[in-house]
Amino acid sequence: MTRHLMLAAGFALAATTLHADVILPDDVVTNEYGDIAQSLTGVPGDAAAGRDVMVNRGLGNCIACHQVTALEDEQFHGEVGPSLDGVGARWDEAALRGIVANAKMAFPDSIMPSFYRVSGFTRPGNAFTGRAAEGPLEPLLTAQQVEDVVAYLMTLTE
Amino acid sequence: MRKTSLFGGAAVAAVAIALAGATSADIGDDEELIVNGEIEMIIETAAPEHLQDRLSTIYSGWVFRSDETQAMQADDFDNPGMIFVDQGLEAFETVMGTEGQSCASCHENAESLSEVRSTYPKWDEERGLVQTVEMQIIECQTERMGAEPYGYDSQDMRNMTALISSVGRGIPVNVAIDGPAQETWEQGREIYYTRFGQLELSCANCHEDNYGNLIRADHLSQGQINGFPTYRLRNAGLVSIHNRFRGCIRDTRGETFSVGSPEFVALELYVASRGNGLTVEGPSVRN
Repeated sequence: MTRHLMLAAGFALAATTLHADVILPDDVVTNEYGDIAQSLTGVPGDAAAGRDVMVNRGLGNCIACHQVTALEDEQFHGEVGPSLDGVGARWDEAALRGIVANAKMAFPDSIMPSFYRVSGFTRPGNAFTGRAAEGPLEPLLTAQQVEDVVAYLMTLTE
Repeated sequence: MRKTSLFGGAAVAAVAIALAGATSADIGDDEELIVNGEIEMIIETAAPEHLQDRLSTIYSGWVFRSDETQAMQADDFDNPGMIFVDQGLEAFETVMGTEGQSCASCHENAESLSEVRSTYPKWDEERGLVQTVEMQIIECQTERMGAEPYGYDSQDMRNMTALISSVGRGIPVNVAIDGPAQETWEQGREIYYTRFGQLELSCANCHEDNYGNLIRADHLSQGQINGFPTYRLRNAGLVSIHNRFRGCIRDTRGETFSVGSPEFVALELYVASRGNGLTVEGPSVRN
């Protein structure tokens, strides 16, 4: 009983902290290269959760476009973007966070969608319904999902 | 739960299943498509002049499909789209409307319309706009036949456009983009290069910059429309050009334009012109 109460209190505290520290998409600060130095949540990314976001068609679906040798157990890697092998060695965390959040800052012509942006679109829709968006858009990934993906990408050092 | 799949999870999964065990086809396989052993298709040719700063060669969507899918289009007995051509032919010869006329009353037979598919969308002098085949059919029904017009994307309409396309198979696409059609064509080009939706994807991002590449399990084509209406195996039915456009913009997490809208008519003219030189294939077979 006591333990449950403590857990509940812990969750409540975590949720409050999380909420307070999340940087909203429109408030993200980048440098001239699009790097985002500050964590979007203040909570360290979870690489295992990031791996799931990478491969899940309903989440990031990163391998729809990118080949990743470390994920070769997952079927059907795309050929549209560059291989992500070694990205953790080529880029630092701030650069990776910036590319995942809004790749067009670093690469203006990139086909890559911006996973943490909610404004500046032409005819944004209501998810995949084909109808107009109703109300403010949600980013494609949550702030913590971006942090998780960045944590996973940092493990790709070879 | 929010659905944030990049390209529609269910659809991609379906392709994955369809592709399993299939041999993939690609550019440079040196294949040829001769339908029924007699209609020679141009599946690869030099890009039309207006496109040459972007592409050197244009390819029919047939080139990108699996051997099994390709084979289905080579013989009308194996092409599931031909059932709808038969239904279109029946309607062609059936009186509709208050004037006691069928299509055949004016056009004698479907073969007399063999030049239609390759030259539409086309400027209509009388109405002062670019017309698609569907718009022309609706005009005949309402202004000559006294008939209730087909819905733009209805099964009856797709049957009729399949018939009209089928009798034009093997004829190179040659839509006019100059003169009075030029303004509409330019509007279509503008739409083609606009990055729509929350994923910010233009037609060109996938079909000009990445044709031949895999996007998850799907093999990107040049997005040519010379094979429409097309029998899509995943839909188990005929799909019209505007329906396909709508699906693509929907997959950008965008607000689509409507089937039959001026925007899609303009886009159809522009995309058709990117295929000038490929042969009419409809009803083609695609995954």
